[in-house]
Amino acid sequence: MAITSTVSPDGNQVTIYIQGRFDFSSHQEFRGAYEKLAQAPIHYRVDLQGTSYMDSSALGMLLLLRDYAGGEQSNIQIVNCAPDVKKILLISNFEQLFDIQ
Amino acid sequence: MNDVRRLKILVADDTDTDRLILESIVRKEGHHVVSACNGLEAIQVYSAEKPDIVLLDALMPELDGFGAARKIKELAGDELVPIIFLTSLSDTESLVQCLDAGGDDFLSKPYNRIILQAKIKSFNRMREMHSTMLTQRNQIVQYNNRLLQEQTVAKHVFDNVAHSGCLNASNVRYFLSSLAVFNGDVLVAAMRPNGSMMVLLGDFTGHGLPAAIGAMPLASTFYGMVPKGFSMTDILREINGKLKNILPVGIFCCATMMDINFRKKRLKIWNGGLPDCFIHHHQDGNITPVKSTHLPLGVLSNRAFKDNCEYFELQKEDRIFVWSDGIHEARNAEGDMFGEERLKEVFNRNQNPEHLFNEIIEGVQQFVGSGEKDDDLSLLEIRMDEPARVNSFAQEASHKFANSEIEWLMGFEVKPTSFKVFDPLPMLLNVLMEVPSLRAFSSTLYTILAELYTNALEHGVLKLDSDLKKTPEGFSDYYELREQRINQVTEGFVRIRISHKTNDSGGLLKVRIEDSGEGFDHQQRTTDNLSSFGYSGRGIALVEKLCGTVTYIGCGNIVEVDFSWVNDD
Repeated sequence: MAITSTVSPDGNQVTIYIQGRFDFSSHQEFRGAYEKLAQAPIHYRVDLQGTSYMDSSALGMLLLLRDYAGGEQSNIQIVNCAPDVKKILLISNFEQLFDIQ
Repeated sequence: MNDVRRLKILVADDTDTDRLILESIVRKEGHHVVSACNGLEAIQVYSAEKPDIVLLDALMPELDGFGAARKIKELAGDELVPIIFLTSLSDTESLVQCLDAGGDDFLSKPYNRIILQAKIKSFNRMREMHSTMLTQRNQIVQYNNRLLQEQTVAKHVFDNVAHSGCLNASNVRYFLSSLAVFNGDVLVAAMRPNGSMMVLLGDFTGHGLPAAIGAMPLASTFYGMVPKGFSMTDILREINGKLKNILPVGIFCCATMMDINFRKKRLKIWNGGLPDCFIHHHQDGNITPVKSTHLPLGVLSNRAFKDNCEYFELQKEDRIFVWSDGIHEARNAEGDMFGEERLKEVFNRNQNPEHLFNEIIEGVQQFVGSGEKDDDLSLLEIRMDEPARVNSFAQEASHKFANSEIEWLMGFEVKPTSFKVFDPLPMLLNVLMEVPSLRAFSSTLYTILAELYTNALEHGVLKLDSDLKKTPEGFSDYYELREQRINQVTEGFVRIRISHKTNDSGGLLKVRIEDSGEGFDHQQRTTDNLSSFGYSGRGIALVEKLCGTVTYIGCGNIVEVDFSWVNDD
């Protein structure tokens, strides 16, 4: 499966891992990873360590997550981006919307 | 006597009665007896019958027991044929004489039957032990011969693989000494199509065969990739990944890899775990050390592997010295190590850079003296001077690829029945990755192709409206609708045309995508919408940032972008 997620024991943090291509084909799975939780987390982490490519639909999906998580008040970290993936995020000015590590 | 098998025993005695008594004792024990009446006969019978044990009277006519014993021992060669002297003599000197002549023991007359039995038994044990030992010794000799022979053949193959390429070029000097037949150090060099030289010196943990095994995939990867023009980082990653996969944990390869560009007088270097390399500046004799900033090859997974290199601008005749730690750790008889200070001292004392190489080796050898060598020792010197003659293959490759521009074009059309089942992006990307220099841009190229193809398919062929994606529900609806329409589509196409052309500094990749749709009013297109917060509408702006410009043609159903890249080597 391209998308997996883990929740911290106290349920406050969810980490979503994306393997391979991050594009529209995984959008159901991606939504499922944060919408179907028993308890709404406070912290969200999107781990892109295994992500080789992304396109603009993935950017849209990240924004969906952001709005779901509270928009301006959201607390989302994007971690372990490969340089090229990070470049896409920065070109799109996503560092203003997300905490990109 | 069940525990002693039936032996053949030679009884030699000139006194008939004594001999008969002895024969009957021995026979009663279940052994087979052969007899002789004097020394000469004893030798003859021995030669003919090859008995297991010899009982020899000391004093006999023709040839006495002492002489016979010497001859029999000589005939027996490596084999142990126990000789027990039978003697009525009892003075110390005579008994010593028995043993000196090659006898293993003596038995005094008159015979004590019990003692005789015990001695036969004991000597038989010794004889068997000796024979086992001989067999094993012969096996070891045989194995060792075979091993050496195999190693010689293997070393021949290994040397051809591991120490070949353009190591004989006029600007390269190297020294490799090894503890075993195989060397734990590997040195490979080859010319790139652009005329620069790539060299890798590696030092595997351990030495001998286990260390040498890793050198094979390293060398074959190196020689496979360098002449095709792959970049140093690609080659390092490939080698690292291979070694990580095949080597057991704990075996890895400290290495320095260099790309020496003679035209630009530039050195690109990556050092993972080898001692500081020295760049010796011809003009002032100063040294710039290049530290190891990376973990050795074969330790990290490729994802964690760091491939950033250092660059140095050099002058003609500058020299680069690379070594394995065998030089630094060479010990003298007192157990002191040669160390970096002594190495620097060699450089300080040097008068003529041409002699540096030999001075380093002599310095180490004099220092070690009779001390024990405990590591493979390697030294490499590269002079910044284009080699006069490199091997013909590299030259040929260089002519074939570098001096001519490479240009190609491909066209690809996706038909209606394929939209649902076939995603052309991985295939297109694979084709692009065949161009070594483009591999560094795989992620960016994917994004460009994905945006353009997705737009052509979704808006052109499937006529989906991005406005749907304004709400989270709409985002899902959009992709549901996409799924529906892609299953129903019966007409339309997306044509992709990619052309590529290299130039001096890099190349230009042109992508043109045409769809069967109605296009759109591209004159009214706003150029930058990356600051918006919408869930969509970011794609083309992204491509614009990555490529510079995005040009729409015709009614907006054709889009063209140029992606120009610069070679970093």
